[in-house]
Amino acid sequence: MSLLRVDRLVARHGLLQAVREVSFTVAEGEILAVVGANGAGKSTLLRTIAGAHPAAEGTITFAGADVTSVPAHRRVRDGIALVPEGRKLFAELTVEENLMVAGRRARPGDWNLESVLDAFEMLRPLRRRRAASLSGGQQQATAIARSLMTNPRLLMVDEASLGLAPVAIDAVYASLTTLTGASATLILVEQDLGRALSVAGRVLCLLEGRVALSATTAEVTREQVTSAYFGLDRGARPGAGPSLLENS
Amino acid sequence: MNWLNAVVQGIFLGGLYALFACGLSLMFGVMRIINLAHGDISVLGAFLIWTISTQAGISPFLALVPALPVMLVAGYLLQRAVLARSLRGGVVIPLLTTFGLSIVIQNALLQIYSPDVRSLGSAAGSISTGSRRLTSQLSIPYLGVLTLATAVLVLGGLQLMLQRTGFGREMRATAQDPDTAALVGIPSASVYARATAIAVATATLAGGFLAIHSTFDAASGPTQLIFAFEAVVIGGLGSLWGTLVGGVVLGIAQTAGATINPQYSILAGHLVFLIILASPRGRAILTRSAG
Amino acid sequence: MSEHWKVRRSDTGTRVAAASSLLLAAGLFAVPYLFQASVVQQLTSFFILLILAVMWNALAGYGGLVSVGQQAFIGFGAYTTIYLTQHGVTPYLAVVLAAGASTVLAAILSPLLLRLRGGQFAVGTWVVAETLALLVALDKGLGSGTGISLRGLNIYSPELRRAYTYWLTLAFSLLLLGLVFWLLRHRTGTALQAIRDDEEAAASLGVRTAPLKLVLFLLAGFGCGAAGALTLANTLFIQPQSIFGVQWTAYMLFMVLVGGLGSFEGPILGAIIFFTLQNQFAEQGAWYLIGLGLVAIGFALFLPRGLWSLFADRYQARLLPIGYTLESSTHQGP
Repeated sequence: MSLLRVDRLVARHGLLQAVREVSFTVAEGEILAVVGANGAGKSTLLRTIAGAHPAAEGTITFAGADVTSVPAHRRVRDGIALVPEGRKLFAELTVEENLMVAGRRARPGDWNLESVLDAFEMLRPLRRRRAASLSGGQQQATAIARSLMTNPRLLMVDEASLGLAPVAIDAVYASLTTLTGASATLILVEQDLGRALSVAGRVLCLLEGRVALSATTAEVTREQVTSAYFGLDRGARPGAGPSLLENS
Repeated sequence: MNWLNAVVQGIFLGGLYALFACGLSLMFGVMRIINLAHGDISVLGAFLIWTISTQAGISPFLALVPALPVMLVAGYLLQRAVLARSLRGGVVIPLLTTFGLSIVIQNALLQIYSPDVRSLGSAAGSISTGSRRLTSQLSIPYLGVLTLATAVLVLGGLQLMLQRTGFGREMRATAQDPDTAALVGIPSASVYARATAIAVATATLAGGFLAIHSTFDAASGPTQLIFAFEAVVIGGLGSLWGTLVGGVVLGIAQTAGATINPQYSILAGHLVFLIILASPRGRAILTRSAG
Repeated sequence: MSEHWKVRRSDTGTRVAAASSLLLAAGLFAVPYLFQASVVQQLTSFFILLILAVMWNALAGYGGLVSVGQQAFIGFGAYTTIYLTQHGVTPYLAVVLAAGASTVLAAILSPLLLRLRGGQFAVGTWVVAETLALLVALDKGLGSGTGISLRGLNIYSPELRRAYTYWLTLAFSLLLLGLVFWLLRHRTGTALQAIRDDEEAAASLGVRTAPLKLVLFLLAGFGCGAAGALTLANTLFIQPQSIFGVQWTAYMLFMVLVGGLGSFEGPILGAIIFFTLQNQFAEQGAWYLIGLGLVAIGFALFLPRGLWSLFADRYQARLLPIGYTLESSTHQGP
């Protein structure tokens, strides 16, 4: 049985459709990479699953229950966690406070302040530092750690590598693979196709809000993903692409 | 002209203003709204204490014991039922809503309690009038000390709550970023409601002290709102201890003005406020908090 | 097939409305000849309320500036009129000059107040109003706390005085409505509506919000000052507590919320509704004000664009040609 089931999901920004009838499932323990160009709808998709953005149409089913209208903070208690794009740490709180505030209403589980600091060793000496004073890589680690504090069943990470130096990205991905060892279910939005394909078991490619490709990473080649990413397999017809507006 | 006495009395007056201001400051810090009904809510609290005190024949200090929990709940409900909806409307709607609330509360009080001016000074007993004479020019009023001590305790308690408790952390996180707070499981509606509840409770406490300190009537609210706001701005928006500093500065400005001429007292406060607003420090305070 | 697009400023609806507005204006000038003095005085009060509603809407509805202290200008306009007449200026000229002086006051206060945002601006304007009230109350020459009368109008008979006051009020109303209309119709109009809808977005698109807000603030100072001076001419007696009282803001807020925040027609509708309610219920005292407050809260929470929005949205209506409509004509190609 799938842990997450998204069915013909539609999400809008005003009149603009950012997510257009997207359907997919994620099984427990799976790692799904969501790729696509800027504006393809990846962040909106994750935010809608997390409840930070309203679903205009379609359903989201998590662990068998319909969560489409459940408010975001309650979805966290059900087990959905999102590490948002840009980290979005609470800047004036310390690292430790960022972690503790997420752990206060957490589900029961193995993650707590000590175990999270064990998993992210580099954060331990930084625990009393104001979050705003950390480097990009440290902030990203804190953001992931913070979401882990809620003991999620499904962890979604939006653009973990954005704005980070390569060595920092390595560290972040190393921690993510450690987590998968702990049998978490992950959805990763990632710009870096190579990394995404190396970490994930399945890949979903979005183009202008729709699913352009959905396959396991084993059976798909890099070229196939790239052409789906740019819409190349639909043939180049300038100006005649699908309209993003409501009434099309 | 007894300047030393004026300054000392001003400090104690500042304690009262700080009590009024801390609720306003808390709501602004957490929700970014200025509750234009804050003064009227404290006057409502004063009337509640007055009613309990006169009906049960007890001291107003004792009347605080049932009054505070009632107002805590009232504040919580106010946020959930009325103010929460207004927050979705940007900056303008909460101001309009709280102003409308101010009109409703004032006139409801007027209707229920008539325009008569009241005081709880006599019901409070000797503490409200007693003082310790230090010199022929200077005396320390017991009530002033009590008010200032209460202000310090409340402010200290609030700081402690915000910095050390999980509940306070949630408040700070929600104040900074309510959307991300939701993503880590924090229910912003409930956090806002609790902040409002605390603000209303401190307003009630302030109203009680006002009633003991001097007189009040149904129309006293707006004046207290203005003083609270002036204290917050003078002390620096967003800083709880700054609220105490601001209150004291305002208090001293008013008592100094009164020493020159009793009619100048409130005016002096306004002028000090306007001067600070116009100054570079004022500009710095405001731009820091506007972001 | 090709499409041609044209931009239209007005349609039949707005043209009819504009024409009838002009006819109505002409008719209004004839009122003192047709009706008795008490009606004239009532209408004067109505137009003063209309001025206030339009001004408050200009500030809050288009500039996002919620002022809880416009009574500062109302009172200033009234007391400046007193001051000028005490120094020999004829009363009606004094009214006009006082309105001008209010604009100057707004200009002086603007660097202080316009720096403030949101609630800080609101209470800041209120503090200014309270300060002015206190300063006036200290001045014996201005009657201090007990109030003062406007002399110099007793050279006219009561009917004539009411007529002249009415015409001056009507003239100011039309002037202010005209100024607001011109602001909206002009290029600044779209900028103002952009600020109304989303100030940050507008600023990021290069809309220079600061000068526009200044214009609105000065206009509101002018209009509210005029309203105060005209109130004095209408009632002949003022006191600091009432002319500088915050209930003026309550009235303005009610009119604009119920009529429609951010539209041209809204405050007009709100003024009509409020004026009617005032006449019917003002004796009820506190209950009336409680009702006003509750209605204002209700509209703020549930229908901030007011009653006019119900009508306008339903019928795509606008009384005056201040919008832009896109019209297409499709031609079949060969």
